[in-house]
Amino acid sequence: MNVTIVDYQSGNISSVINSFTEAAKGKVNLEVTTDINKIKFSDKIVLPGQGSFRSCINSLNQVKGLVDTLKEFVITNKKPLLGICVGLQMFADVGYEEAETNGLSWISGKVSKIDNQKGKFKLPHIGWNEIEIQKESKIFKDIKNKSHMYFVHSYEFIPEDKSVISAITDYSSKIVCAVEKDNLFGTQFHPEKSDKIGLKVIDNFLKL
Amino acid sequence: MLKNRIIPCLDVKDGRVVKGINFLELKDAGDPVEQAKIYSDGGADEICFLDITASNENRETIIDIVRKTAKECFVPLTVGGGVRTIQNITDLLLAGADKVSINTTAVKNVEFVKEASKKFGSQCIVVAIDAKKVSDNKWEVFTHGGTNKTGIDAVEFSKKVEENGAGEILLTSMDKDGTKSGYDVDLLKKITSNTNIPVIASGGVGTLDHLYDGIVKGGASAVLAASIFHYGEYKIKDVKEYLNSKNVSVRL
Repeated sequence: MNVTIVDYQSGNISSVINSFTEAAKGKVNLEVTTDINKIKFSDKIVLPGQGSFRSCINSLNQVKGLVDTLKEFVITNKKPLLGICVGLQMFADVGYEEAETNGLSWISGKVSKIDNQKGKFKLPHIGWNEIEIQKESKIFKDIKNKSHMYFVHSYEFIPEDKSVISAITDYSSKIVCAVEKDNLFGTQFHPEKSDKIGLKVIDNFLKL
Repeated sequence: MLKNRIIPCLDVKDGRVVKGINFLELKDAGDPVEQAKIYSDGGADEICFLDITASNENRETIIDIVRKTAKECFVPLTVGGGVRTIQNITDLLLAGADKVSINTTAVKNVEFVKEASKKFGSQCIVVAIDAKKVSDNKWEVFTHGGTNKTGIDAVEFSKKVEENGAGEILLTSMDKDGTKSGYDVDLLKKITSNTNIPVIASGGVGTLDHLYDGIVKGGASAVLAASIFHYGEYKIKDVKEYLNSKNVSVRL
């Protein structure tokens, strides 16, 4: 199996590479690239994302043909893709970080700043929080409800269709922290930084 | 609910873990990669490396340590010490650091914090503030491992780094560091109540109650300690079980 981590200059992806390398050991052929042809022919894609929604979308658009290739992979060919952090947020129609920016529109919804109740909750939401699993999800196989995952973000994805939500977490309100829609998976938390339990999420994705 | 983080800190000099008293008298405490792995396996919520000699010496040593650690530890890794340029940050992140902490350079030029957080995102920019009490209810920022007095008020500076995009503040009390007499809780309270970003408490931990005080009385989002872990006085697990028994929420 060929799994591609899309390296589109979205910030620091070393941890993503390290964790996937660990989970993939001997089972999966892992590529880190922006080469559209390699992406097209891979079996699964990982879309990381750090920094702002706007800077990530801009970086994606900088690589000629990348957005169309990803769309074809996900929407037409229905192959599995895992978005992490801003990688998940970009599934939305629109994001409001820095300035209003169009997303990939793979799952209807928007990305807005977490309402921190006038400073009552510190932002960014940094650290370990419990996930509350909302529906059976393939990437949460053998993951206990209320497991701890590592978060770093100030913005949240608000999907229109709530049935895509696979997990939420509690920080000032119930924040969407994982989605699953057919072949499309996303986590707001960082499985690559979430210790053994995070590696299990990655392993589940690789085993799909 | 968000958990309070327990962060073991490894002060690294010439590729070895050391811990001094008031930033001086360094003792050897082991191999950094091995130590980091023990902490990560033991349930540390994050690992912090501070390269305490980086200001003057070769940076390759710490980068190599980060690279090796990042391949074995899958919890967040923060690295600081001698970070002066965007290239320094890039090198550390590429080696596998998740966050970089900036100290002297942030004080000299707060625009650097802005530039770094714009380029890499606030999530990976920590500003380390070394503060010393100068009078009642007043603390001043020091640099160069606590040797240079800057005349800058610690509270004002904290607000300023927040405005400039720092994602977290790592606050060390120079009076307390290495003394094992507890955090400077008043300083912590002052900074946590005047900023809206997470503050990591550092400097002075000697007992488990000190960690409790940092979180509950000082309002810190995370507590950092070095010597109590290095010399095996406590394991991460002991800390977490203790805090949990006192109703402080931690990741168990």
